[in-house]
Amino acid sequence: MTAQPGPAGRDPGLQPERTRLAWRRTTLSATVAAVLAVKTALHGGASVSGVVLCALCCGLWLGFLRVAHDRIRTLSAGTPPPALAPRHATTAVLCAVAMAVCAAVLAV
Amino acid sequence: MSEFVRNIRLWFAPERVRDEGATPDYRFSLANERTFLAWLRTALALIGGGFAVDQFLPDLRWGARVGLALALLAAGVLCSLRAVNHWVRCERAIRRGEDLPASRFPALLSLVVAVVAVAMVVVVLVGWEG
Repeated sequence: MTAQPGPAGRDPGLQPERTRLAWRRTTLSATVAAVLAVKTALHGGASVSGVVLCALCCGLWLGFLRVAHDRIRTLSAGTPPPALAPRHATTAVLCAVAMAVCAAVLAV
Repeated sequence: MSEFVRNIRLWFAPERVRDEGATPDYRFSLANERTFLAWLRTALALIGGGFAVDQFLPDLRWGARVGLALALLAAGVLCSLRAVNHWVRCERAIRRGEDLPASRFPALLSLVVAVVAVAMVVVVLVGWEG
């Protein structure tokens, strides 16, 4: 199975586009989680710990956005795109994990 | 266990994945990446669910609310860590031309989600009575 670029160097299966949209969807999920995090953190008045956790969650969301944006730019740069670097995958996952830890701290 | 530690080292080291085997058709790598992203979305949804339980079920007793929220959050953490691990293992298998790794995780996750859903129904019914 070999890649056959289309007339304009485009993948006929639109694989980079599909992957790009998958990153967009994932960014959307991260945004929903971050909005819920902010709502939880600032629920019942703004305490110091609440504000700190809120800022932390926003930072994590920005970190995730950064990874997704870099990857989306790489994917739209040209065919064939390079494979995802494990460091970026790990960063995205660690953002999610850290957000879960924030949620656990807020819940208890 | 040493296999697991080696996988964790691969999470952070892009060059080492590329050391092995041949570079596959980029479409296989992209498909693997999309699967990873789908698992990451599942993990984010579980984490969002944890936040939502904490926020939108204020009438529950403290123990039930925190227990449910922590169960969902733990499932989210497990799911995301497993996502990156599975992605690395698949990427390596593709490069080496081996079979893709088999996994019991989807069955495990669906069981956990089912148990949490049933617990949710019970807790909401009991919580509203008492």
